[in-house]
Amino acid sequence: MTVSTARPGPREVTGPSAFSGGVRRFLALTVSLAALDFKVRYFGSVLGYLWQLMRPLMLFGVLYVVFTEFVKFNAGVKDFPAVLLTGIVLYTFFSDATGNAVTSVLDRENLVRKIQFPRVVVPLAAVLTAFFNLITNLGAVAVFVLATGVRPHWTWLAFPLLVLALGILAVGTSLLLSALYVRFRDVRPIWEVVLQMLFYGSPILYAIEVVPSESARQAIMCNPLAALLQQSRHWLIDPSAPSAADVIGGAERLLLPAGIVVAICLLGVWYFEREAPRIAEEL
Amino acid sequence: MESFTTTSRLEGRLLAFSDLTTTASHRVREPSAPVPAVSVEDVAKTFRLPHQRFSTLKERLLHPTAARSHDKLTALHGVSFDVAPGEFFGVVGRNGSGKSTLLKCLAGIYRLDRGRIAVDGRISPFIELGVGFHQELAAHDNIVLNGVMLGLSPRAARERVDEVLEFAELKEFEDLKLKNYSSGMQVRLAFSVMIQLDADILLIDEILAVGDAAFQQKCFDVFFRLRDEGKTIVLVTHDMAAVERFCHRAVLLEKGEVVDLGEPKKVADHYLALNFEPGAPGDPAAFGGERGGDGSARVVETWMEDEHGARQSAFAQGARCTFGARVRFAAEVVDLNFEVAFVNAHRQNVFVASSAGEREATGRFAAGEECVFSVRFDNALAPGRYALSTLITRAGSGDAVVDRFENIATFVVTGARAAGGLVDLPRELAIERVAPR
Repeated sequence: MTVSTARPGPREVTGPSAFSGGVRRFLALTVSLAALDFKVRYFGSVLGYLWQLMRPLMLFGVLYVVFTEFVKFNAGVKDFPAVLLTGIVLYTFFSDATGNAVTSVLDRENLVRKIQFPRVVVPLAAVLTAFFNLITNLGAVAVFVLATGVRPHWTWLAFPLLVLALGILAVGTSLLLSALYVRFRDVRPIWEVVLQMLFYGSPILYAIEVVPSESARQAIMCNPLAALLQQSRHWLIDPSAPSAADVIGGAERLLLPAGIVVAICLLGVWYFEREAPRIAEEL
Repeated sequence: MESFTTTSRLEGRLLAFSDLTTTASHRVREPSAPVPAVSVEDVAKTFRLPHQRFSTLKERLLHPTAARSHDKLTALHGVSFDVAPGEFFGVVGRNGSGKSTLLKCLAGIYRLDRGRIAVDGRISPFIELGVGFHQELAAHDNIVLNGVMLGLSPRAARERVDEVLEFAELKEFEDLKLKNYSSGMQVRLAFSVMIQLDADILLIDEILAVGDAAFQQKCFDVFFRLRDEGKTIVLVTHDMAAVERFCHRAVLLEKGEVVDLGEPKKVADHYLALNFEPGAPGDPAAFGGERGGDGSARVVETWMEDEHGARQSAFAQGARCTFGARVRFAAEVVDLNFEVAFVNAHRQNVFVASSAGEREATGRFAAGEECVFSVRFDNALAPGRYALSTLITRAGSGDAVVDRFENIATFVVTGARAAGGLVDLPRELAIERVAPR
């Protein structure tokens, strides 16, 4: 690599910001940071990456035993184990991505305080690290789903759209939380509680049809995470299961959870952009 | 002379330096000056210091309207200067004068409150102790990460790794996590990363203050090379000897404002004058209370010179050097004793030179007069850092202390030979075969 011969004229030093800098550098930085993060996290221990695969599977094992052997309110739900595992894996992605992102800017303090680079790279890399895990975990899900007798269906092709939507939600939330955490240190415990609420407020432990009241089912579907999980069940495992639109009572009502995703995303970008120039000083 | 080679190398360096100074000053004086590499115009930066450092959301929600009190700290105020391409530019000032803030503004880490900074060329990250390293990662990964941070492609960054490690002399520690590096090793790595990344403008903060004498020497060598290559360098330091040796120009900051700009010698003298103001933060008496005496005479400046009369902060072992102190008299005094002690890192007085045993009378001085007390010696001190303490007493009257100044200055003795003794005296060593008895 050489310094480019055709040097541009003097450029103004504008100070740090959320996005500035070329697209290539932006991408290279995000991927490098995520890859190194991945390395630090999983290649230090003996079992290394295996833990990452085992974690959702073990949680699945426990929940599966409890909710099919002891508490049988999901009895009669078709392919419930597959639904449970898919739900856990998708939820784990969201919770890992946002959970890592909350403290990410502070964790990278040594970089943020010393080098100018687009600040948004930091929470983005945290989400990307979780995304690497999601990809491998989805491999495990695919094997399991096929093994339990679910046959591939053309709607599987639409599934990446749901992952994309989930990713967007995770990025928006991460931007908001990571910027908030710089100022407010109680964001982390608060977010842990919210994550728990989201877990129980989504059809993971239970199939949506076991919820008795219709209004409760509709309320649950307003949670974007719940809507995404329900739709992935419909597309991925059991086409006869109600889609998110069926549960909420009409496709047009899905605009509400979709609107929440967009709103969180815009809020996250706006707030992060606003805070980015001063993050190095606030740390 | 036993260390003849060292001395001549030092001489060679000094010659090379004076060449550079001449060419540089020509370049600076040229009327058709090129576009400045760094242009700073009327820059101001204020920090808000909230009284409660970390507020919580809970507090914020409970007291939404409560005004959060904070102090304002003006770190920079109306700072302007230009740095020409290829110039070696020094930034000096006392602690808290805004030097590091200025560097962070140049590096784009802080947003300016007012003013404008423009740079022409790629700028390095500013380097200081532990620059942007990830402590859990090996050196290899850190080098790549830093390269990408600076705008190299990941591939180009990976290609640089070997050069960087080679220069830092850390090849064998390639796979060691950074947390297991000593701070000296980290600085070496940071320095190496920075200079191997082909930035046009380098920002360097205080690296001379850390690292051993050998590393300082290496830094100096690199500085000369970078100057030859026409890199623009902005160096923040407290080492006035370095400023005078390397810099084409320097700026002196005080309380966030430019108080002097120009010839390094002039700026360095101004800096020292600021430091030796009575009660100034740089005055050891102010922070350690290690200054005493009745004050009828005061040491106002000390220095160490090499045999050519140039002030230095590092000396090769074996070289001839001179300690000097300028003393100002506040009252009429007669026959004072002047003494200087060289104290090593273990607080041992390795060498004490006193006028008491040398001569009967040192003479009469009136109020307002000044004298220079100097000690010339062949440097037999073992390699390491030495602190100087001066003592002026009234002879023959129970040694009443006139001025006692502990740790007034420090300097470094460099040398490859460290046998472990406190001093390294000139000697003749022989091993001869003799007939067994």
